[in-house]
Amino acid sequence: MSQPTLISAQGLSVHYALRGGLIGPKPYVGAVENVDIEIASGSFFGLVGESGSGKTTLGRAMLRAAPISRGDVHFDDGEVSYSLKNLGKQDLKDYRKRAQLIFQDPYAALSPRMTVRDIIAEPLEVMGLTSSRAETDERVREIAAKCRLNVEHLRRFPHAFSGGQRQRISIARALVSGPKFIVADESVAALDVSIQADVLNLLKAIQEDMGLTFLFISHDLSVVAHVCDHVAVMYLGRIVETAPTRTLFSNPRHPYTSALLSAIPSLDPDDRGKVQKLEGEIPSPTNPPPGCKFQTRCPHAIDVCRIQEPSLEPAGTEHHVACHRWQELRDQTN
Amino acid sequence: MSRLIDVENLTLQFDTDEGRITAVDNVSFSLEAGEVMGLVGESGSGKSVTAKSLMKLNPRNAVYGPDTRITLHLEDGPVDVMSLQNDTEMKIVRGGSISLIFQEPMASFAPAISIGDQMVEQLMIHTDFTKAQSKELSIEMLDRVGISDPSTRFGQYAFELSGGMRQRAMIAMALSTKPKLLIADEPTTALDVTIQAQVIDLMKDLVTEFGMGIIFITHDLGVIAQTADKVAVMYLGKLVEQGEVRDVIRRPAHPYTRGLLAALPTLDDIDAPLTPIPGDIPSPLERPSGCVYHTRCQEVIGPRCSAEAPQFLQVDTNHAAACHIHDASEGAA
Ligand SMILES: Nc1ncnc2c1ncn2[C@@H]1O[C@H](COP(=O)(O)OP(=O)(O)O)[C@@H](O)[C@H]1O
Ligand SMILES: Nc1ncnc2c1ncn2[C@@H]1O[C@H](COP(=O)(O)OP(=O)(O)O)[C@@H](O)[C@H]1O
Ligand code: SF4
Ligand code: SF4
Ligand SMILES: [Mg+2]
Ligand SMILES: [Mg+2]
Repeated sequence: MSQPTLISAQGLSVHYALRGGLIGPKPYVGAVENVDIEIASGSFFGLVGESGSGKTTLGRAMLRAAPISRGDVHFDDGEVSYSLKNLGKQDLKDYRKRAQLIFQDPYAALSPRMTVRDIIAEPLEVMGLTSSRAETDERVREIAAKCRLNVEHLRRFPHAFSGGQRQRISIARALVSGPKFIVADESVAALDVSIQADVLNLLKAIQEDMGLTFLFISHDLSVVAHVCDHVAVMYLGRIVETAPTRTLFSNPRHPYTSALLSAIPSLDPDDRGKVQKLEGEIPSPTNPPPGCKFQTRCPHAIDVCRIQEPSLEPAGTEHHVACHRWQELRDQTN
Repeated sequence: MSRLIDVENLTLQFDTDEGRITAVDNVSFSLEAGEVMGLVGESGSGKSVTAKSLMKLNPRNAVYGPDTRITLHLEDGPVDVMSLQNDTEMKIVRGGSISLIFQEPMASFAPAISIGDQMVEQLMIHTDFTKAQSKELSIEMLDRVGISDPSTRFGQYAFELSGGMRQRAMIAMALSTKPKLLIADEPTTALDVTIQAQVIDLMKDLVTEFGMGIIFITHDLGVIAQTADKVAVMYLGKLVEQGEVRDVIRRPAHPYTRGLLAALPTLDDIDAPLTPIPGDIPSPLERPSGCVYHTRCQEVIGPRCSAEAPQFLQVDTNHAAACHIHDASEGAA
């Protein structure tokens, strides 16, 4: 079962400097703080948490697209082994080929004058991965077919396409350089439910077919439950719990994970009023509370939570949780 | 309960550069005071256009069908919304008896005017309150929707608030005129689930307290299950199913509703495969003939589906659907 680790972070922090602060330490936003994470090769790894918890920043840091302030990220696909913090220019170029991001809507980020073919081919051309136009076209056609895009459509402009088709264009563009690691950031968030299922099934099929490793970022826990094999929960820049999907959803140990699960509106009208409501909002990362970052909203917070920050500790097979009281709370529910 | 609004044969088309498109096609429903109706459907199904029609808020290129009738039942008697002509006449429905809240509250707050000033201005247009009374009531409403330190918030601007707080402020503003009908157009779609749960809770408390009717628009069936008394499902401008929330969710009568429910990932069985509805939502310029859903329907019963639009038929008490499957003449099928 145990696959080698493809990518991992050790004590990873991403800080963004803020203006001001002439006296004393420079103020900053701790978008990601001291994160340890290990993603096994071939995994479909989910990352969840409320907006502002640092999911996008963590994903970008693992692509070397956000600054690494502390700690490091290691990537090893059996062919190359990189430490992302100190990556030379040549290696960075090579890494771009191996690690890619699926945009939420490529059309929003790209020129409306580009055809679908141009959008998919661009990474190949920018990275100089093909030596002739014929080779590029061949590669684009191949990947378009994998993403169930109609080859006839390659000559068209994406504005004519529906949300689902655009998302498939976006996936094809991310895959064309032959990457091993893919970050999908809210890839289905903007899609209608009837279309969303199709894109999720496509992502899973491609992952199995091409042996890819995914970091799947989503604010939708139900989607994550269905497609991911492993999940990490983030809160205010920290990972507060990580476990195999089944374990996380059946035995959540962190009060924040439980609150997130409980907030999902049930399809059963008779469940009304059963939600254990989480009060308040996620604090600003410019001014995080002392101790456990969740203490301002946690219904179980006690004195120690307001002073000392809990660290991730083992709570079962491949299960880690950062809470002072997880054992106590578990024993209460059992 | 007493009848609050009747919508009969609402049809609305838009003149566009590419031709005339049908956004809402012969939609009828009614709502009682104190009742919450969920209006559900995917993007482009005509939910927002329907909501705006109730206040005649659609842009100039909108053409209402000749049989469209919208009747608002107020204490002083029924109001025929379609016959309201100028701004003075419209005042009765816009921000007075009917309030609208949107997905993106930024859109309804002017950026350069403080939240409090906007609330006061609105109250002074629609009520007989003095400025001082309006301010007092506004602060009270901000407090009521769970905004801490409401006197300070009163002087702040929308951009200074978090998404959740902005949505609360918007609800406070919408409710301060004590509307009889509140239309909430995807009020929680842009929010995190945790904040969504807070806002839904707040809205439920307010319905109980104020006894108003609510039309809750969303594409999320879970949100509907947790908030609505009854549901109307729309697809491409057509009302395809309507009924009490338990009936529609537990015994969906229309293939589209069944498809939506099957496509939805739920936590009850995380190993269940996700079943998409095949194909894409057609463009309004290529409206399918016959039953509008036939290009994606997995239960097509024959050539009749693409030839003839199904009638909206009763399938059970207070439960109706527009599908040939329920047509008695098709009974043997
Ligand atoms: N380039 C940046 N400069 C300053 N702050 C940033 C930047 N990018 C993200 N942040 C802040 O970092 C925090 C985490 O953001 P993000 O990673 O986007 O979270 P998520 O994806 O979970 O919503 C937020 O408070 C955000 O405002
Ligand atoms: N001002 C307008 N001009 C032309 N078409 C419009 C206008 N407003 C809405 N529509 C069209 O009407 C249909 C219904 O839109 P809408 O009510 O916004 O859908 P929903 O809210 O269900 O997503 C869509 O096809 C949309 O493109
Ligand atoms: S450490 Fe304390 S405040 Fe933090 S989650 Fe655990 S119980 Fe709650
Ligand atoms: S009328 Fe025919 S196409 Fe339309 S929903 Fe019913 S079975 Fe499907
Ligand atoms: Mg993000
Ligand atoms: Mg809408």
